[in-house]
Amino acid sequence: MSTTYYLLLSALLFSIGAVGVLVRRNAIVVFMCVELMLNAVNLSLVTFARINGALDGQVMAFFVMVVAAAEVVVGLAIIMSIFRTRHSASIDDANLLKY
Amino acid sequence: MSASMLLLAQEANLPGGADTGTGEAIAFWILGPVALAGALGMVSARNAVHSALCLAGAMLSLGLLYMAQGAMFLGFVQIIVYTGAVMMLFLFVLMLVGRDSSDSVVEVLRGQRAAALLFGLGLAVLLVGAVGRAFTDVTPVGLAAGGQNWNGNVPGIGQLIFTKYLFAFELTSALLITAALGAMVLAYAQTRADAKRGQRATVEARLRGEYARISPLPGPGVFATANSVAVPALLPDGSIAPESLSEIIDRTEVAARPEPTPDDAHALTGNGARTDAVEGSEA
Repeated sequence: MSTTYYLLLSALLFSIGAVGVLVRRNAIVVFMCVELMLNAVNLSLVTFARINGALDGQVMAFFVMVVAAAEVVVGLAIIMSIFRTRHSASIDDANLLKY
Repeated sequence: MSASMLLLAQEANLPGGADTGTGEAIAFWILGPVALAGALGMVSARNAVHSALCLAGAMLSLGLLYMAQGAMFLGFVQIIVYTGAVMMLFLFVLMLVGRDSSDSVVEVLRGQRAAALLFGLGLAVLLVGAVGRAFTDVTPVGLAAGGQNWNGNVPGIGQLIFTKYLFAFELTSALLITAALGAMVLAYAQTRADAKRGQRATVEARLRGEYARISPLPGPGVFATANSVAVPALLPDGSIAPESLSEIIDRTEVAARPEPTPDDAHALTGNGARTDAVEGSEA
C-alpha cells in the first residue's frame, strides 16, 4: 500500500465536505462540513510530513487544529446570536443584507 | 552491527516508517471506508444530530489514521479535542438551537443543489486525478529515518513548536484569547430586550389599553354560594356573569346521569322478599 491512498482519501473527504457546505441549509451542519474539510487537509498534511520525513507538516496540522477550534467557538456563538434574533438556524433566513 | 540492525528493524516497525506494513494497510482499508461513510452520512442525514454523530465517527477514524502514520500526538489531540470537545460543543449548540430545525427543502436558487453536486463531483475527480497522477512513484522518507533530531513524536513536535515556530505559537495564544472573548461577547444573552414584565409595567400597560380588558377575568364564586369552578359568578343583579364560566365547561358534553332507583337500602342486597315481610309486619 502506498501513502498515496491517504492523499486520495483526503481529497475525497474534502470534496464531500465542499458539497455539504453548498448543499446543506442548516448553519450548524454547514459548520460541520467545514470541519470535515479542515480534517481532510490535516490528513494530507500528516501524510506529507511522513513522505518528507520531517515533522513540519504535523506542526502545521497542529496549528490548523488550533485555528479550527477558535473558529468553531466564534462561529457557533454567531449562529446562536443569529438564532436568538431570527429564531432560525437556516442560512437562507439570514438575508438582511440582501437588498 | 547486530544492534544497529535490530534498531533498524524496530524503526521499520514503527508507525510512520518508510514503508507501510500489512497492519497499516489493514487499518487503512478499515478506517478509510469508515471515514468516507461517516462523511457521506453527515452530508446526507436529514437530522442534524445524526450528522454530528456521523462526523464524530469520521473524525475518530481520522485520528486513528494519524496514529497509524506516526503522528501520535496529533492522533490523540484529534480524538480529545475534535471528537471530545468540538463535537460536544456542536451537540450542545444543536440542543440549544433546537434539533428540530431541520433543513428546508425549498430551493432558493434554482438548480443550486444539482450544480453543487456536479461541482463536488468535478472537484473530486480533479483532485483524485491530480493526486493519483502526481504521486505515482513516491517513496516516503519516513519519520523515523529522516530529518532533524528525531527522538520521538512528541519531543520532536515540542522542539519544533518552541524553536522554529515559536512566533506562530505565541500568535496562537492571542488568537485563542480573542476567540474566547468574542464568543463571550456574541453568545452573552441580551436579556434586556425580552426581560420579564414587572407588576408596575403590567398595570401601566393595562391602563394604556394594551390588553383586551383592564381588570382580570372574574373568578368563579364571586357573589355565588360556592367557590367551585363549575359554579358561575353572579353579577349584583343575580344574573350569571358569562366571563366567569370556563370555556371548557360549556364545550364539554354532559352525559345524563341515570335515575337512581327509588328502592330503599334493602333492595341493594337483592333480598326483595324481606322488604315485603318488613312491610307486612308493620301493617
